[in-house]
Amino acid sequence: MNEKVFLHSLFSGYISLCSNTLTHMFVQAYTTCSTETLSSLSSLSLSISSHIMSLLGASQDTQGPTNVTHKKAFPVLIFNYAHVRTPFEISLWILLALLMKLGFHLIPRVSRVVPESCLLIVVGLLVGGFIKAIGEKAPALDDTLFFLYLLPPIILDAGYFLPIRPFTENVGTILVFAVVGTLWNAFFTGGVMYGVCQLEGGQLAGVDLLSCLLFGAIVSAVDPVAVLAVFEEIHINELLHILVFGESLLNDAVTVVLYHLFKEFSAVGTVTVVDGVLAVVCFFVVSLGGLMVGAIYGVLGAFTSRFTSHTRVIEPLFVFLYSYMAYLSAEVFHLSGIMSLIACGVTMRPYVEANVSHKSYTTIKYFLKMWSSVSETLIFIFLGVSTVAGPHAWNWTFVVVTVILCLVSRVMGVIGLTYIINKFRIVKLTKKDQFIVAYGGLRGAIAYSLGFLLPNHQMKTLFLTAIITVVFFTVFVQGMTIRPLVELLAVKKKKETRRSINEEIHTQFLDHLLTGIEGVCGHYGHHHWKDKLNRFNKTYVKRWLIAGDRSMEPQLISFYNKMEMRQAMLMVESGSSARLPGLISMQNIQPKVESRGRTLPKISKGREEEIRRILRANLQQTKQRLRSYSRHDLMGDPFEDMNENLSEMRFRKQRVEMERRMSHYLTVPANRQETPLVRRVRFESDGQDYTSKERSDIRACNIGPTSSFSDAISVLDESPPLRPNQMSQGGARRRAEHGTQATADDAEETGEPQTQLRRVSDPAVPEMMIKMTKDVKPVTTIKQNGADFTIEVKTPMRTNVNSFSLGKETEITAMDGRKFKCTVREENGKLVFETDKFTSVREIQGEDMVETVTAGSACLIRKSKRV
Amino acid sequence: MGALHSLPDEPQYVDLAEKTGFSFEQIGILHKRFKQLSNNEETLRREDFNTIPDLLCNPIRSQIIEAFFDRRNFRQSEGEGAGAGAVREIGFGEFLVVMSHFRPPSVRLNDEQREVIRMEKLRFLFNMHDTDNDGTITLEEYRHVVEELLSRSGALGKETAKGIADAAMLEVASISMGHMEPDEFYEGITFEHFHKLLKEFEIESRMNIHFMNMDTTTLCK
Repeated sequence: MNEKVFLHSLFSGYISLCSNTLTHMFVQAYTTCSTETLSSLSSLSLSISSHIMSLLGASQDTQGPTNVTHKKAFPVLIFNYAHVRTPFEISLWILLALLMKLGFHLIPRVSRVVPESCLLIVVGLLVGGFIKAIGEKAPALDDTLFFLYLLPPIILDAGYFLPIRPFTENVGTILVFAVVGTLWNAFFTGGVMYGVCQLEGGQLAGVDLLSCLLFGAIVSAVDPVAVLAVFEEIHINELLHILVFGESLLNDAVTVVLYHLFKEFSAVGTVTVVDGVLAVVCFFVVSLGGLMVGAIYGVLGAFTSRFTSHTRVIEPLFVFLYSYMAYLSAEVFHLSGIMSLIACGVTMRPYVEANVSHKSYTTIKYFLKMWSSVSETLIFIFLGVSTVAGPHAWNWTFVVVTVILCLVSRVMGVIGLTYIINKFRIVKLTKKDQFIVAYGGLRGAIAYSLGFLLPNHQMKTLFLTAIITVVFFTVFVQGMTIRPLVELLAVKKKKETRRSINEEIHTQFLDHLLTGIEGVCGHYGHHHWKDKLNRFNKTYVKRWLIAGDRSMEPQLISFYNKMEMRQAMLMVESGSSARLPGLISMQNIQPKVESRGRTLPKISKGREEEIRRILRANLQQTKQRLRSYSRHDLMGDPFEDMNENLSEMRFRKQRVEMERRMSHYLTVPANRQETPLVRRVRFESDGQDYTSKERSDIRACNIGPTSSFSDAISVLDESPPLRPNQMSQGGARRRAEHGTQATADDAEETGEPQTQLRRVSDPAVPEMMIKMTKDVKPVTTIKQNGADFTIEVKTPMRTNVNSFSLGKETEITAMDGRKFKCTVREENGKLVFETDKFTSVREIQGEDMVETVTAGSACLIRKSKRV
Repeated sequence: MGALHSLPDEPQYVDLAEKTGFSFEQIGILHKRFKQLSNNEETLRREDFNTIPDLLCNPIRSQIIEAFFDRRNFRQSEGEGAGAGAVREIGFGEFLVVMSHFRPPSVRLNDEQREVIRMEKLRFLFNMHDTDNDGTITLEEYRHVVEELLSRSGALGKETAKGIADAAMLEVASISMGHMEPDEFYEGITFEHFHKLLKEFEIESRMNIHFMNMDTTTLCK
């Protein structure tokens, strides 16, 4: 770095800034800046003190003391770019990449036709061209950068979220494609290439067979990054996706071995039989070793996550660190890092997911997606940039033959191998499938980086140019045409719907059924071994790797719980239960909702929402008070927690409700007509019951604010154990619930005449309110001064005072802080509160205050005792 | 093997092969297995299935065994043996027919044939659930299925099984009925609903097992 370069980079925009050190940006630390740079800096700086200078680099340390002698003014503004240069440039590159990605999705027309990867490469080309135009040296896609930093996130993301079931079901096919297919591609391409070179002569005559094979090995491997980028956009069906993608992951071992093998041999020049045998051994060591390293780290990761329940914040990091360590450890021995990462992710995931909290799970998911997305974007941009930057040796014959050979060998390989595989497959691969598998074999940045890693061989530039051409050809031509082709051939697409509970039940059922039938047939097939493995996992592994009860949870139950969770979340997000799929909407089609609606007045969505909000706000306050800050807990947004709690409880309640209805409506249809009548009676009588009870304990109200709320919460926690009870005593429970529901309204009205009649169709809310309002007995004081009244309602929570005059419309504050308009009249010694939603009449009868609240068709009578 | 002489001869195999689509080798192997299970008897009883060790730990063992003795699975639309109900013992023919439900479909099939196979497999599953043969899977029956599925997981499973079955049933009701009047009652899953429910399930490519062409039964018990 000289001064000119530095000045240049200062003023010619950030792109050129980045370019300078980019190749070394991760490797080179800023402290290694030369003295030269620093002195040039000092001349630039507005006023730079010797003090700062001495801090800038180790090289200045010796001059430090001498500089003190000529004293300067105190520096007001200091310029010291070198200090932040590397991280700054990295950030700029990432920012550029992300802005580009963002930009594409703002133009839907383009992103529908052209895959993102193509666009990113184009951007890379433009940026590279720009850098070149201003006379800078554009950075190349450095192999260290690529293999150590950019590739792992993508592979981890792929491995962690690998769809296990389709993968294991097709693992045989995938392995054949990955191992035999790649070998075939490498040798066929390499061999024919050599022949062509010999025939062509001239510049190409110097290419020997081993170099050709090395080239073949590099160029034949399907690239996971490119495949993912394209296949995720075309939404192809699960089978084809896993075939191509699985192949691209597993062929890494073959590529690694072939690459090192040929690199070694082409340096030495001779190959013996022993070398061949060693190569085969090496293949097994590289692949199985990689898998083992990954599995070990995966088990460690799972085991660690067992103990993280008290430090939830760092949970996600374990997943990333163990995986990265697995990758690096494998790379240390030149084992297959990709396979190691995959193995680690696959091993870790089921146990980690059972151990970590829901939030950590989301965090892991988002971080993985984010990192892999950034990496992918950067890879494609760099690919473009380095294309412009790199030295090229264009040879028409070599390049064209390479592209053709890649296509031909791929097609031949796929067709040939499918012919063999189909003899063993239950679901045969059709012609269409074969076409997509062959056509989806995209090459990408891994090939480029391997080419870049080649020793400075005379043919390196030739090879690199050919590799880049193949990459561009596959990504642009195949990547862009594969979507129309998929549509043209009407290849089955991925189904978008989530798995329903019925499908899950039948998946499980089918698994057991097939295992059973295999048992009857008496041969050990796929299902037999899977069943054995599952049982081993359940009896031994889960006990060790999963904390608590969840280790015993069968898959169906955990699926069910997850589904519950999802629906609860959805419910909170959407705020209303009506639009939800699944259980909630079911209630609407189930008869009981309607019949209930006839007995009880309906509540508007708005009111429901209000009630929900009040409860949430109240609970939240209590929670906030109870909590103290801890660095190791996720404080976060208390609202968020509330949502989770609320939704969870509400969901539970809903389930209880649903079961109750189910047992009634699905099993005892005959009783249906009578129930409304029964209910009606209960409704009123229970209300009466409650009134008398209330009278007796209205003064015994010494419950602290927090206790009442924590009670309210604990009710919800208790709800699951209650369930079987409720199920078994269908009728009794139903009665009870209606009783309590009435009391909920009741109790509330006592304390708060101005509050709207709260009737909730959501079963979770009343239960909570019942508990709340039962525990909190308000004391109402009414003062009269002519036509002016003051009503003071005292609860442990808050005191609410409202003043109003008879006959005038007054704004009244309700207990929850809402305000609404109310007109109060006096009729025959009764106080009549009238709002648009309800009417409340109070009259004094001796020692009792009797209150009648009417809302719609419902009517409540309540008595309060004079204190 | 001493059982060899009692194998049905080729012509009989031809009938069976036509009816079930198995190859002669496969029929031969299955016949051998049949003999092994039935202790060289002509017929197979429920007790004989108890000797299969792999089946012992299968949670839906009883349903699997029952399926072999269910008349509905014998594919006899007319004549004797048609109709419903369970039989006490089955011959090799019936055994093979039940097995043929798990035969992978061949590659070259038009949509119509595929649909037929699909229906057959679905019907088999449906029959396994519909134990009382009234054409619907009632809530009780469905609960039973889920309970059996979770029967290996102890008390925890029992408790949740009902919840799961109920949730699943509600899902079926919503999928198949769309909207119901307040006083309507969803009686159970009919076959049409069942078909609709598992539309996305691709059962024709999933409910298959590999029938060996080579004899590997000697390796296992």
